[in-house]
Amino acid sequence: MDFSSLLLGLLDNLVRGLSLGSVYAIIALGYTMVYGIAKMLNFAHGDVIMVGAYICFFATSTYGLPPVVGILLSMAVCTVLGIVIERLAYKPLRQAPSLAVLITAIGVSYFLQNAAQLLWTSSPKVFSSVVPKGDVSFFGGQLSVTYLTIVTIVVCVVIMLVLTFFTNKTKMGKAMRACSEDKGAAQLMGIDVNATISITFAIGSALAAIAGVLLCSAYPNLTPTTGSMPGIKAFTAAVFGGIGSIPGALLGGLLLGIIEIFAGSYISTQLSNAIVFGVLIIVLLVKPAGLLGKKIREKV
Amino acid sequence: MKKLRILSLAMAAAMSVSLLAGCSNGTATTPEDDTTSTATGTAFKIGGTAPLTGDASIYGLAVQRGAQIAVDEINAEGGSIQFELKYEDDVNDPEKAVNAYNTLKDWGMQLSLGSVTTKPCESTSVYNFEDRIFALTPSASSTAVVEGKDNVYQMCFTDPNQGLASADYINSQGLGEKVFIIWKNDDVYSTGIKDTFMAEAEKLGLEVVGDATFATGNDQDFSVQLNQAKEAGADLLFLPMYYQPASLILAQADAMGYEPKFFGVDGMDGILTMEGFDASLAEGVMLLTPFNADATDDATVNFVTKYKELYGEVPNQFAADAYDCVYAYKLALETAGCTPDMTAEELCDKMIETFPTITFTGLTGDGDITWQTDGKVSKAPKGMVIQNGAYVGME
Repeated sequence: MDFSSLLLGLLDNLVRGLSLGSVYAIIALGYTMVYGIAKMLNFAHGDVIMVGAYICFFATSTYGLPPVVGILLSMAVCTVLGIVIERLAYKPLRQAPSLAVLITAIGVSYFLQNAAQLLWTSSPKVFSSVVPKGDVSFFGGQLSVTYLTIVTIVVCVVIMLVLTFFTNKTKMGKAMRACSEDKGAAQLMGIDVNATISITFAIGSALAAIAGVLLCSAYPNLTPTTGSMPGIKAFTAAVFGGIGSIPGALLGGLLLGIIEIFAGSYISTQLSNAIVFGVLIIVLLVKPAGLLGKKIREKV
Repeated sequence: MKKLRILSLAMAAAMSVSLLAGCSNGTATTPEDDTTSTATGTAFKIGGTAPLTGDASIYGLAVQRGAQIAVDEINAEGGSIQFELKYEDDVNDPEKAVNAYNTLKDWGMQLSLGSVTTKPCESTSVYNFEDRIFALTPSASSTAVVEGKDNVYQMCFTDPNQGLASADYINSQGLGEKVFIIWKNDDVYSTGIKDTFMAEAEKLGLEVVGDATFATGNDQDFSVQLNQAKEAGADLLFLPMYYQPASLILAQADAMGYEPKFFGVDGMDGILTMEGFDASLAEGVMLLTPFNADATDDATVNFVTKYKELYGEVPNQFAADAYDCVYAYKLALETAGCTPDMTAEELCDKMIETFPTITFTGLTGDGDITWQTDGKVSKAPKGMVIQNGAYVGME
């Protein structure tokens, strides 16, 4: 194998890593957003993704609506769902230990999975991509990038920029950051903590809907458990990049995808998961807060 | 409180009586037996555990429905053999399967349909063996299910058998020169088939140019595996797996413009009934399967029509295997001259005697079905190829 084909293979793997990683990244953004503000791990996030994908599936495949309407509809449904979940399941536990909230989140996750199964059965549905098929070729067709990969990466970057702007510059964003630093003090300053956290969940869930649609466009098997494994991988990506950090989620997701593909291609498909998590452990040993995470000194 | 204690004592007594009666098999049945083994005394009680909810419920529900159709047909005929069928949910979890099995035992199960999925069945079959309740599983295909148990039988092919048959078929038909295998390394079903396939291929001189694997949680992106197959120059991809990952592999191979032949096993069945699946992706996919829903024989047409009417979907091979299980029981019970007032243990002995001697024809398999004394089934798989969105028999 000569050098140029080796390089081309490397680029090819990089592109595939990016396309897998961008899906992780877009889910990780929702995780990290909710964690950063509400300081809770919303393990039901993956299942909100699944609901979003189902809504879009029914809108486009069953009712024949255009993809854009499907996405908007699923964002609307997921936003409402996110707010309802927060009101019913998490709000009563605002003063409870974080472990209680974590367990509740796992409960919500199971509830959503089983409700979806009752409503939509467990037989898999095949999602038709919202992005038209096709690709852009480089080097005379030797390397190609699908439209879907490009769209996913662009959407990721846009969401990351908008979220960063939103939390840093807007009034609502400032209120969110205040809540994340000290809920009690924020309340004393006249911030409505409950409303702020509700809005955080609303945004996180709307992002979940987009993630669900893009996830199922890339990997079209839709079942009630579709969201759970990517959800966990994306959570890993969020921790990898530094949980709570919005650019960190993007970086973590992309790196996770690239490592997974490279490990599979150059080392062993049997060991690819072991290598991914091995790298994660090493990174966390060296940088416990994740790649872009801020080190916070706990007051004792 | 006292009442409860008396009741429980009575129950314990009844149960121990039935146990004792079980020990001295062959002796005349005492009236007490009937209280625990059959409530009605007019129908054989068949029970099975299946994932009726959760990830694997597509298989569990298919089995439950297929068996129910057979039971209803047999009962409607009003012959001497009548059945009462009960399924308990095991959520594809070995521990829950044992609980479900115990519920069925308490209900008075006389004959068992084992469990639907392999791992739960590996657990429940141990209890079937200890409790001397005969089991015929429609679909749990690993050899561990039947090994060392004289009263556990299978309706489906064993995993090794499928690997063997696939390699033989590919070789004898000259379907591929360079075979690449993608398999699932945390699944005994997939691993079992792949291992025997590799061994048989080596024996036959069929060239396997490589293999790649995936696992639960890693089963969405197949670009790495497909790329390896392409670089190895494979012209036939052997896919020992269920149809969900297989459908992703077909779609991703299509997206990268890679067009080898694809050869699947019975788990591939179901791919065409996925809602929204683009059947053109599966054009030319070959598979060995025991059941073909598009077959035109009366039995299959009757079954498929009934199934569609009742449940609104095309039955897969799991449903057909379960349907066959009930009819195989009917044949065996008739042959052995069993009556519903016999205990589970007596029936168990009769079934162990009878099953290896009967020749059964059903919906599954190409021709006659027989059993070896070790519980493994012997039936010929049907070679199918997908053409224009439908299965067509291969020659």
